[in-house]
Amino acid sequence: MTTIPYKSYLEPQGKYTGLLDWLTSTDHKRIGLMYMYAIGIFFIIGVLLGLLMRIELFKPGETIMGPQTYNGIFTVHGVIMIFMVVIPGLSAVFGNLFMPIQIGAKDVAFPKLNLLSWYIFMAGAILAVLSQFTGNGPPDTGWTFYAPYSTQTGTNVLMAVTAAFVLGFSSILTGLNFIVTIHRMRAPGMTWFKMPLFPWALYSTAWIQLLATPIVGITLLMLIAERVFKIGFFDPALGGDPILFQHLFWIYSHPAVYVMILPAMGVITEIIPTFCQRRIFGYKAIALSSIAIAGVGYLVWGHHMYTSGMSFTARWIFSFLTFIVAVPSAIKVFNWVATMYKGSIALKTPFLYALAFIFLFMIGGLTGLSLGSLATDVYVHDTAYVVAHFHYIIFGGMGFAFFAALHYWFPKMYGKMYNQKIADIAWLILFFGFNMLYFPQFVLGLQGLPRRYYDYMPQFETGEVLSTIGGFVLFIGIIMMITNLIIAARNGPQAPDNPWGGKTLEWTIPSPPPMENFDTPPVVSKEPYDYE
Amino acid sequence: MSDVAIKHDEHRDDLGAKLGMWLFIFTELLLFGGLFLVYAVYRDIYAEDFHLGALQLNVTLGTLNTVVLLISSMTVAMSITAIQRGNKKLSMQLVLLTVLLACVFLVNKYFEWGAKFEHDLYPGSDLVLQFKRGSIIFFGLYFFMTGLHMFHVVIGMVVLMVMWFKLKNTTINKDDNVLLENGGLYWHLVDLIWIFLFPLLYLVT
Ligand SMILES: [Cu+2]
Repeated sequence: MTTIPYKSYLEPQGKYTGLLDWLTSTDHKRIGLMYMYAIGIFFIIGVLLGLLMRIELFKPGETIMGPQTYNGIFTVHGVIMIFMVVIPGLSAVFGNLFMPIQIGAKDVAFPKLNLLSWYIFMAGAILAVLSQFTGNGPPDTGWTFYAPYSTQTGTNVLMAVTAAFVLGFSSILTGLNFIVTIHRMRAPGMTWFKMPLFPWALYSTAWIQLLATPIVGITLLMLIAERVFKIGFFDPALGGDPILFQHLFWIYSHPAVYVMILPAMGVITEIIPTFCQRRIFGYKAIALSSIAIAGVGYLVWGHHMYTSGMSFTARWIFSFLTFIVAVPSAIKVFNWVATMYKGSIALKTPFLYALAFIFLFMIGGLTGLSLGSLATDVYVHDTAYVVAHFHYIIFGGMGFAFFAALHYWFPKMYGKMYNQKIADIAWLILFFGFNMLYFPQFVLGLQGLPRRYYDYMPQFETGEVLSTIGGFVLFIGIIMMITNLIIAARNGPQAPDNPWGGKTLEWTIPSPPPMENFDTPPVVSKEPYDYE
Repeated sequence: MSDVAIKHDEHRDDLGAKLGMWLFIFTELLLFGGLFLVYAVYRDIYAEDFHLGALQLNVTLGTLNTVVLLISSMTVAMSITAIQRGNKKLSMQLVLLTVLLACVFLVNKYFEWGAKFEHDLYPGSDLVLQFKRGSIIFFGLYFFMTGLHMFHVVIGMVVLMVMWFKLKNTTINKDDNVLLENGGLYWHLVDLIWIFLFPLLYLVT
């Protein structure tokens, strides 16, 4: 605990007071928190929509809504969760909060641009939410906006697509900011290979954001042009080709999965050495595997389109590359496990979340490989199996990593400590509920349950009921976790500067950090995980 | 903005600023790159229709606009050299000249598009919808690509006008002119994209 009085970033700073003091602040930590509050609200909305779907599927036949409403709800759930929660999630929240501190900088390279990115994000988010309530009903295309249906349906696709475009622009600007920050603002002595692995993961992520997002940007613009000006890029009647839309869409949207998961892996890589008090095993392998994932991940999009009409050669090449991209992910998993070996492990909440991440990510990753092989995919394509795989990666992976990061850095962010016992119980409920919600869907998918239907055959009822109950258990876990953290942020006990015994730079400064992060610019001479 | 935030902004890193601009230009090129990909696919499928479509375009106006943009790229580059040598007045005049040339480009484009509309050659018109599929796509691409480029010209003009005001109140000066360099880079990008569009649309006959 510091004895010298200082002004933390949470205290009012200058000209304005209250909300305006935050809304005009270019401080990276404040912007990170502003992202977190916004994303937290969107997450809850997305969760509630998901619960509505689960209630509908509790019994066969129409339970609480008809097919059109159901189509709208799964689209809205997807758009909110993908574009507003998981893509910006870790990099915009924890990247903003801690990347500059971890590399020993006072802020990001372009603080004003950083604030602008937040406003653009909020503008896109408001558009996305508005698209649900205006026009002729919520979009019903699924978050993938597949043409030609998306160019023809009378629902409010136009606004939702515009929202996705705006959100993408914000994502590009954040990526650009992070790349320049990491190139130009590392503390003296911090060479590339002395940089912690979370910034490494963010660096790879930022390149994907930069390289892939413009492609979906232009694709969405073409979709808008097709709807408004009847330029037939994708409509066969106007000379276009709907498969082209799928290619362009997945050229972005597969790498987008890595925008979600790479920072998640970065978080886990920070947590494991801290709670094992052990130097990370295979530092360079982990750093470079992030780059490898970013590189190869750009070339596998075709695995979403095995059944859409592609040459056999194209299909086996995409399948082959999909298997290749699993290798660097596996390298990380092996390195995490090797780091734990002979470590003095402290089973604290962040570490429990990290363990859950590894477990769920493994299931998600390996089922991804069975989807990536040609023959199996044709069998389970567009079934609940895909839904289960996807949620194991995105929620089990990115989501649990987000919770891990939240519990890991919470004492630093607020200078307060949460009730660890309640946090552990919430973790257990979350983990149990998650598996109960999504695991049955693997089985249902293999039995032939198609996804995106509001109704199902009676033989799937057992699995669907289990899944719905799991959904509610998961929801209870989420509420418990969030309540615990809110109570702690308000009146939790004072947290020490370094509660977990971490070695990276953010643990050398007071909790909560002062406005300028460091009193004197740090000079780095050691490796980031210097435990032995 | 709070006092502390202003202190943050004091941090100056010209190389970093230029790196950021180059990355942004890269994303812009990728944005158009997606369109070039679509163009390549459809040109491969409908080679003959693209040939016939290109014959309908006004090569003279296109060439004129290419020359105008190339000169404007030169004037904006000269304005950077001028301010680096401390000649504020010349630099401001050259930026203004660049904006003027951009206006010439837009006026030309107005006449070119106007003529197309007069002949009912626009996406979704009854005439175009009777064409073969390849021609429909060609005119769709023509309007979409040149339209998006025009949008970038307008943004570029706004950027240049901002530069002009910043030169005027000496925010951009002899010692600190990375902003103007970045603005110039953006204008070169606008120019570069046109250099791609011109042969792809006008000269593929
Ligand atoms: Cu994929």
